[in-house]
Parts: sequence; C-alpha cells; structure tokens
Amino acid sequence: MSIIYFLIGCSVLLALIFLGAFFWAQRNGQNDDLYTPSVRILLDDEPEDEQKK
Amino acid sequence: MKQAAIDKQTTCYHCGNDCADERIELDEKVFCCNGCREVYSILSQSGLCNYYSYNPHPGVSQEKASKRFDYLKEPSIVRDLVDYSDEKFTIVTFYIPDIHCSSCIWLLEHLNRINPAIHQCRVDFLRKQINIRFDTAQITLQELVEVLDRIGYEPLISLQDVLKKQASVKKDNLVKKIAVAGFCFGNVMLLSFPEYLGISAYEQSFRHFFSWLNLVFCLPVVLYSSTGYFKSAWVNLKNKVLNIDFPLALGIAVLFVRTAAEVFTHTGSGFADTLCGLVFFLLVGKFVQRKTYYHLSFERDYRSFFPVAVQVIEDEKERPVPLSGIQVGQRILIRNNEIIPADAILLKGDARVDFSFVTGESVPVNKVLGEVVYAGGRQTGEAIELEVVKPVSQSYLTRLWNNEAFTRTQDDRIQTFSEKVSKYFTIVLLIIAFSSFLFWLPFDLHTAISAFTAVLIIACPCALALSTPFTMSSALSIFDRNFFYLKNTAVVEQLAHIDTIVLDKTGTITINGDTSIFAHITGTDTEKQMIYSVCANSTHPLSRLICQYLNTYSKLNTTSYYEVPGRGITADIDGHFIRVGSAKFVDAMQSEAPSPQKTEVHVSMDEKYLGYFTIEQRYREGMAAVKSLSSTYRLYLLSGDHGHERDSLSSMFSPEDMFFERTPQEKLDFIKQLQEKSHKVAMIGDGLNDAGALKQSDLGIAITDNVNNFSPGSDAILDGRSLKKLPVFLKFSKDALRVVYISFCISLTYNVVGLSYAVSGKLSPLIAAILMPLSTFTIISFTSLATHLAAKRRKLL
Repeated sequence: MSIIYFLIGCSVLLALIFLGAFFWAQRNGQNDDLYTPSVRILLDDEPEDEQKK
Repeated sequence: MKQAAIDKQTTCYHCGNDCADERIELDEKVFCCNGCREVYSILSQSGLCNYYSYNPHPGVSQEKASKRFDYLKEPSIVRDLVDYSDEKFTIVTFYIPDIHCSSCIWLLEHLNRINPAIHQCRVDFLRKQINIRFDTAQITLQELVEVLDRIGYEPLISLQDVLKKQASVKKDNLVKKIAVAGFCFGNVMLLSFPEYLGISAYEQSFRHFFSWLNLVFCLPVVLYSSTGYFKSAWVNLKNKVLNIDFPLALGIAVLFVRTAAEVFTHTGSGFADTLCGLVFFLLVGKFVQRKTYYHLSFERDYRSFFPVAVQVIEDEKERPVPLSGIQVGQRILIRNNEIIPADAILLKGDARVDFSFVTGESVPVNKVLGEVVYAGGRQTGEAIELEVVKPVSQSYLTRLWNNEAFTRTQDDRIQTFSEKVSKYFTIVLLIIAFSSFLFWLPFDLHTAISAFTAVLIIACPCALALSTPFTMSSALSIFDRNFFYLKNTAVVEQLAHIDTIVLDKTGTITINGDTSIFAHITGTDTEKQMIYSVCANSTHPLSRLICQYLNTYSKLNTTSYYEVPGRGITADIDGHFIRVGSAKFVDAMQSEAPSPQKTEVHVSMDEKYLGYFTIEQRYREGMAAVKSLSSTYRLYLLSGDHGHERDSLSSMFSPEDMFFERTPQEKLDFIKQLQEKSHKVAMIGDGLNDAGALKQSDLGIAITDNVNNFSPGSDAILDGRSLKKLPVFLKFSKDALRVVYISFCISLTYNVVGLSYAVSGKLSPLIAAILMPLSTFTIISFTSLATHLAAKRRKLL
C-alpha cells in the first residue's frame, strides 16, 4: 500500500503543473480577451474574392 | 428576389443607409455619401474588399464632419498616448467606438495592407480597443490615426483615457486567488474521502499523512486566497464597523487553528475541506458580483467630453496645445463642431454656440464680439477666435467638479441590506459562541473550546455572504439584456429604495432636434417667403423651426415687426400685414384635436387665413410609462431650458413640480434639498449640466441613445429605447431585494440546524463538510431561479 504515497505525490505534482500553466496563461494575457478569438477563427486569411468568382 | 434587387439599389453598399436621390457610384456600387465611397475606394485599392463579404453593409455612415488630428504632432500628447515607443517601433492602444462586427475585426487586423509601416494590429472586440504596433520611422501617430479615420474607424482620443491608463495598472488577482483556492479545495476533497468512508486500524499511518497534507494545502488558502477577508475585517474593526467580513474572517481563522490543533495533537482530521470549500465559494461569489462592462464607462467627467488639445494662436501661427496647458490670455481658435474648452471672450468670427449638452437649452446662442462664452459649448458655423479668461479647471462648467459631491466617497449612500443584517448577525453569533463556551466550561474545558469553535465554524455566514452577490448579479444580467447597465450590484438595491424621481428635459425626455413639422399651408411661394421673413426675426424656438423648414427662401425686408410674448408675431412686408401665432391670435379655428405634444402655428395675411404648421415635439417613447410612475413615486422635472414647453409637459408633471432655467449647480442643490427631506432621489439626465445632480443623487441614471457616446458619470446607463421599461425595472429591483430576503432566511435556517449540533460540542467534520456546500448550493440555485422567475413575470426575459 506504500505505493499510495508515490501516487499521491504524482497527482499533486500533476495538479501543480496545471495550476502553474493556468498562472502562466493568466500572466500572459490569454484570459484578457475571451471573445475576439472566437470571431477571429472564423475569418480566413484569404477568403475567396467575390469579384474573381 | 426582385425586392432584394431593388433593396440593393437604394441602400449604400458601405453602410446600408438609404441613398438620397443624388447618385454616388463607383464600380457599379451605390453609396449614400462621398465619405462611404472614399472608404470603399481605399479598401478596393488595397485589396481589402473581403471586408464586404463577411457581413452585408459593415461600414458606418461617413456623413459627418471630418476631424483634424493636428494635435497629434505635439510630442507631449503623443508621449501620453503611446504604450511603448523606441526608434524602431511604437505600440499604441486606441478605443474605437465603431467596432461592431466581424468585418471590423478583419479589416482592422489587416491594416498593414493599407500601410506596410503598420506591423501588427490586435482587436479586442468587447472592449472595442485596438492595439497597434507600427514602425516609428515610417509613420507618425498622426498619420496612423488619419489612416484609421479614412477607413471609417476614428479612434476616440480623450484626456480621460490618457489618465485612465495610469490608473488601470492596478489589478487585483482575484482569478489567481480562486485558482489557488480551487486547486487546494479539489485536492483536499480527494484526501478527505478516505476519512469519511472510514480507515481501517492498520492503515492509521495514511490518516496522519492525509491530514498533514490537508494542512499543507490549507496554508496557501489562508495565507494567499483569503487575505482580502482578513484585511477588510481588520479595517472595518478599526473603523468600529461590523460587516460580514468579520464573521467570515473569524470563521476562516478558527477553522484553520482548529484543523492545525487537531492534526498536531492527532485528535482528529480537522476541517480542511470545509475551510478550502468556504474560501473557494466565497471568492467565486465575489467574482460573480464583479461584472464589468468593458465598453461602458461610468466614471466619465468633463475631460472625456472636452478635446485633448486646442489650437492656440501665437505670433500669427497655430499650434496645438494640450488642454492642461491652456493659460489665461491665450488666443484660441475653435472651428465648426469643436468644443470651447474654457471660459473665453469672443474676439473674431460669428459665434453660434450650441449649449444643449451643457445647459439643456436646445437653441444655439448667438454671441457678439467681446462677450464671454462659457466652456462646454459647441461652435456651429465658421471658425472663431477667443481669448481665454479662466483656466479650464476653473471655468463655469468644470467648476462643478470641484463640488464636494465629486470628492466625497460613496459611504453615505444607502446601506445595503446585508451590511445592516451582518452587524446584528455578528453580535448574535458572538453571544451564542461565548455562552456555549461558558456553559460547558464548568464541566470540561475541552468540550467548551470545541463547542466555541464549532459555533464559529458552522455559523460562518457563507451562504449569507453569497445570497446578495448571486441574486444581484443575475438581476444585473437581466437589466443588461434590457439595455439598462448598472455600475455594480449595490445599485440594484438603491434602485429598490428610490421614492423620488427627477428628470431632466432636453435629451432625457425629449430627443435633441427631433421635432417634426408639417405644413398645412395653401399659399404661393411668395407667401411662404413672407412667412419665412417674419419668422426669421424671432428667436422663439417655434419660429426657428419654421425658418428651418422654409430655409430655401431668402429673407425679405420687414417693417413694424411686433412680438406678443406667448401668443405670436406680426409684421408688414410690402404692404401686406402678416400674423403668425396661436389660433386665437390669428382668429383661426383650432384645426385638429388639441394634443399636448402638438403645437399649432397659424398664419394669416391681410385677414386671409393661409393655414397652419403643426409642430410635434416628440418625447421619448415610453413617457406614458414614466407618467404612470407618478402614483407611486414623486416626479419632478428639472430643466436648464426655458419654459417654452411648460404647457405641453403639464400633462405629465404637475405645474409646481416643473422647474426651468436651472444651472448645473442649482440642479445639484435641488437634489440635495430633496435628500435633506429624507427622500431617496433618482436623477435621470443626459448632459454635462446634469453631472452634478447625477452625482449628488442616490441613484444617477444617465440616459443615452448610443451607449458608446459620451454620458456623464453615473451609477447606471439607460439606453433611450428602454425608458418605457423604467417602471418594470423599478418593480423588478424590488423583486430582487425580496429574493435576497428569502435567501437570507434559508441560509439562517441552515445556520440554526448546524448550531444545534455545534452548541453540544459534537460537530463532526463530516456534518460541516456536508452542510456548508449544501447550503451554498441551495442559495445559488434558489437565487438564480427566483430572479429569473421574477424577471419572466415582469416580462423582462
């Protein structure tokens, strides 16, 4: 059963990594604008030109 | 299909407005004005026509006066505006109110096709901001702004934004605190489960390991996430105020100390899960309460209305000077549609100043040379030269901001319900805790301490603290859907306590310049020309309107002009005697059923009746709804305008409740007088002249037709379209308050149930761990359900 000590260590470490990742994202400003990227992804870099069609 | 084709023909390709008869075409596309065509030609030259393929008519009408950006040459102004600058590149953030669709995002992020010196653009849609990085050597800030202006996205540059930048640096890390608390909460729950389910005797070593680990997870929660509660409780104690943060902080501290003691002494596993859960839920409640409208500003003052810089004339040369640098004695140049920034004497030019935003007076005022022109007016017409007589901050209008109403903090506002209750709650809580301690003390010190701490733990007003934020924030989002934007959740409660409503006139219940005039005149052109000539002599608003209507005619000479105040005017032209005025004055029959919103102006020439004009002052849609409030609320009208419309307004307000020709300061004082009679006053206004009254009132509501436009500092911003819903809003705010009362009762019930365990000293961690999340869950679901039901009943959803 001592494996539990190891497993808990792993789970806490994993959780800490995710917490760190969240902190990094927060500091990086990834959560500052939660709306525009949802629109931006729908805009093609070079959509078909209607005049050429 | 055919309908659509016709539609395309008559609406502007760029902005979708109806095109006038005059055709403006380019590439077989029709435009409503040259501005729109100009934008289209720039975009088509830069290969950016895809702008039009994402949305039909994505542009904004360009039919407005072009602005000058000369002031952006001034290095000191540029320095204030840019975020970062070196020799290679500059980063700047602009607020662009016209951002409204995905096409806008696409176009603004492809600016470098128009000018390659613009490296990178990033749009923040909700904040309506654009962050631009550009080559410092190749393009100046002024050129950049001109590029934006040319394609129809003029950035709004105001002095307040310059100042706001420094203030907005301060950020509290609530999200981080929630993340830490959530992380610890999750882990502690995981580690506490074996304890709840029971650990067999031979696995005792796990039990100690788990509780030590739990204690470690509690540390960041107490030392980092919940610091705000300790600080707030301490500050309030120093000010001798008992607010809800005190029992919360006490609960958190006791939870932690007892957990630590139990873990150290191996007497139990402590309350680590309750502690982490408590802090996590509390912080989430705080987060929910803090709703921000990125595109709205409730803190605007005159600085965001005034220009950033003014053209100063020195040695026959124009030079832009920042507003703060304006000194007494300087000569300033004000062009058409520019705002006069300081009290000044008119030196040159024909000044026709529109003070509607400042005084509520809807008619532009003519000023003669040498006369003092007060700050805040907008020049309409040719450019004028003025000499500054007072610095900006001491001018007639801006002096208002030195009033104590603007400097005092908002402490003396209506105390919120939870503030009132938490005081008594804390006292009762302490009494119960100490009495149970004293009760058990003679028997057993250990039981006494555990009973004392258990009371403080179980009665920790978590659900109580959450009921207000969750109710009010869902109420806020319901108001928000109905175009009524409140500054914060406390405003909902203030709204519920209002008993007096004061309304401004111009711009608030009337829409500026929105009067319709219909002519029922049977006459020749010469007769109409004569009517025009007579009316041109008068400064009465009705005469002005008739002149505007007949403005194609030129003025004839009039002799023996005579004005009977309140009745009409007479004059002779080429031997014809003309009378213009009320039906009685002209001896005419009342031609239509009299209506308070319509004014008739009759005309006769040489005793021959020519006909009449009907002038309809259009009030905002929903004035009937506002009128219906008079049964439950006291209504006042407070206007800066002259009393021309006294009669037509008397159907809505009783004569003694209408006040005209009030200066901004008098408006503020009027509100103060009402408050001294212990009325709770809501002020509804729109202009700078209402700014003082809005600030002084218990609830200042700024009404506006476009929420992105300037609105004075206030507690709430109401879209003009939703004025008709005002009575419903007021009723709904009372519903929301009722929901808070009920949820308080529910959470108190939970507290009483928990206390019955606690006073006996036999509080098991399991009960605390069940009771706390259960009460929280009940409160959150009850409040959001009840508010939505109330909103449905009031037809706000």
